[in-house]
Amino acid sequence: MNKRLTDSLWGYAFILPQMIGLIVFALIPLVSAFVLSFMKWDGFGAKEFIGLDNFVGQFRNPDFTLALWNTAWYTFLVVPVGIVLAMLVAVALNKVRGKVIYRLFYYMPVVTSSIAVSIVWLWLLNSEFGIINVYLKQWFDIEGPDWLTDRKMVIPSIAMLSIWWGLGSNMVLFLAGLQGISSSYYEAAQIDGASKFRQFWHITLPLLSPTTFFCTIMSIIGSFQVFDQSFVMTGGGPAKASYTIVYHVYQLAFVEFTFGKSAAAAVILFFIILTLTLIQMYTSKRWVHYGG
Amino acid sequence: MEANINSRAERSRRAAWAIVRTNRSGTSPLATALLHALLILGAIVMVGPFIWMVLSSLKTFSQVFLIPPKWIPDPWEWGNYKRSWEALPFGRAYFNSFYIAFISVACKLITCSMAAYAFAKIRFPLRGPLFILFLATMMVPGQVTIIPLYLMMKSIGWLDTHLALMVPAALLDAFGVFLLRQFIKGIPDELEEAAIVDGAGRFTIYSRIIIPLIKPALAALAIFTFLGMWNSFFGPLIFLNTPDKFTVPLLLNLFRGMYITDWTLMMAGSAIAVVPVLIVYMIGQRYIIEGVTLTGIKG
Repeated sequence: MNKRLTDSLWGYAFILPQMIGLIVFALIPLVSAFVLSFMKWDGFGAKEFIGLDNFVGQFRNPDFTLALWNTAWYTFLVVPVGIVLAMLVAVALNKVRGKVIYRLFYYMPVVTSSIAVSIVWLWLLNSEFGIINVYLKQWFDIEGPDWLTDRKMVIPSIAMLSIWWGLGSNMVLFLAGLQGISSSYYEAAQIDGASKFRQFWHITLPLLSPTTFFCTIMSIIGSFQVFDQSFVMTGGGPAKASYTIVYHVYQLAFVEFTFGKSAAAAVILFFIILTLTLIQMYTSKRWVHYGG
Repeated sequence: MEANINSRAERSRRAAWAIVRTNRSGTSPLATALLHALLILGAIVMVGPFIWMVLSSLKTFSQVFLIPPKWIPDPWEWGNYKRSWEALPFGRAYFNSFYIAFISVACKLITCSMAAYAFAKIRFPLRGPLFILFLATMMVPGQVTIIPLYLMMKSIGWLDTHLALMVPAALLDAFGVFLLRQFIKGIPDELEEAAIVDGAGRFTIYSRIIIPLIKPALAALAIFTFLGMWNSFFGPLIFLNTPDKFTVPLLLNLFRGMYITDWTLMMAGSAIAVVPVLIVYMIGQRYIIEGVTLTGIKG
């Protein structure tokens, strides 16, 4: 009996620091955010309870719906392309020599800060003098698009650089996943005369599916929170073409000082991410194979 | 029957011949060469922007707009770096970034491992629900809590201080707790039981047995979170106001705001922010990548 008590006390003592952190920096703010989303507040005066007005207001706000659309479009571009590329690179790296050297190069962008990446690409994508357009003209005689100043090109441009930036991250996870696939599967397939492509389709892909699943979820969650690139490169423009949900949350709170609206937008973002994650987890049963 | 045996023998013969003719992994030399070509092309795309950044940073302003573009600077304008360094307190920003990340990570390792040990090995009431609570918070995007956090920090006067960044990082990392718990669960109970028989208390077990055994996980978590904190932007953007207190990414953003039209200066500033990190990366890449991968697999 005494042991039970001392064990319990020790247990609570050990979790105490993180529990304090959890309550103070996660739970209280979370509840606060929800409460705030029902209020009208500019940071100074009194808070005024206005029920669901902020939420309705957000969906009626063209800025918000634009941000929603931009973010969804961005995610749609970044996630499939990024994951497929990362997987292909990982599979290729696994088959050739020099894996460690290639890995060094492919992972390099991941360790650099989003700001530096954004600034460098701001220069690369410059419509007149960026080397991308200059070489397009010089080598292929193509008039390169206005990557960051054309409303239709902005999101694809940022998506492109995000894929470049994050490829290494997903790649190393796929490399780890590939390590877990026993080579006896491939040997058996080879003896049976299966082509490389069939081996990839019927062995690699299914056995890699847990990794693919994890990468997809993390990628979607991350993409919906995109902010740094638009903030640094285009300020959300041109004409809010690169305005994202998080940018909107930031704008509402720290530029327009409407904290209630900002909280509401953030809460909506939370539910979007939560719903997408739950959908993925539910549908995962159909295509994710564990074990092997 | 005979036809079957013949065709099986035939297939085995062909398979053996195929294996002899190709390399160990069964790919033809042509395919391997093609793969290498593509991979090298990809590697150039990955690294090219950094090379262009460094080379551009060493050019004079007029050279930057040359068409066709000149890759090698002529003359080598080192002055861009001097001007960048004098324009904004980069040295101070490096110091800030470093000590914020270092102290946060050090404290985080302690608090996370303590909690992870308890969740993994100590029985106490509500252990299950409390752990699930931790996991649940991982689902909440940071932008939801950042505004109340901002208001909280404002009310206790921590706005524009580094404490606003360090204390939450040191005291809350649900992912870290989750990760370390996975590792600690793998430690056999017998080790602890033997220690208890020898009269060791809970804290001794934690510090003398558990911690040494999870060093790889601690290192991995340390690298992963250090890198994350070093490069983080949104948090510092919200909490910090005075340029002297800025972290490197934040200062670089300020730099961009002020000097965006001067591209050679911008490239130099970016290089100042990025090159030291890349050097550390190239030296320790094995540990960094393996550490990050470890957190990814177990997480």
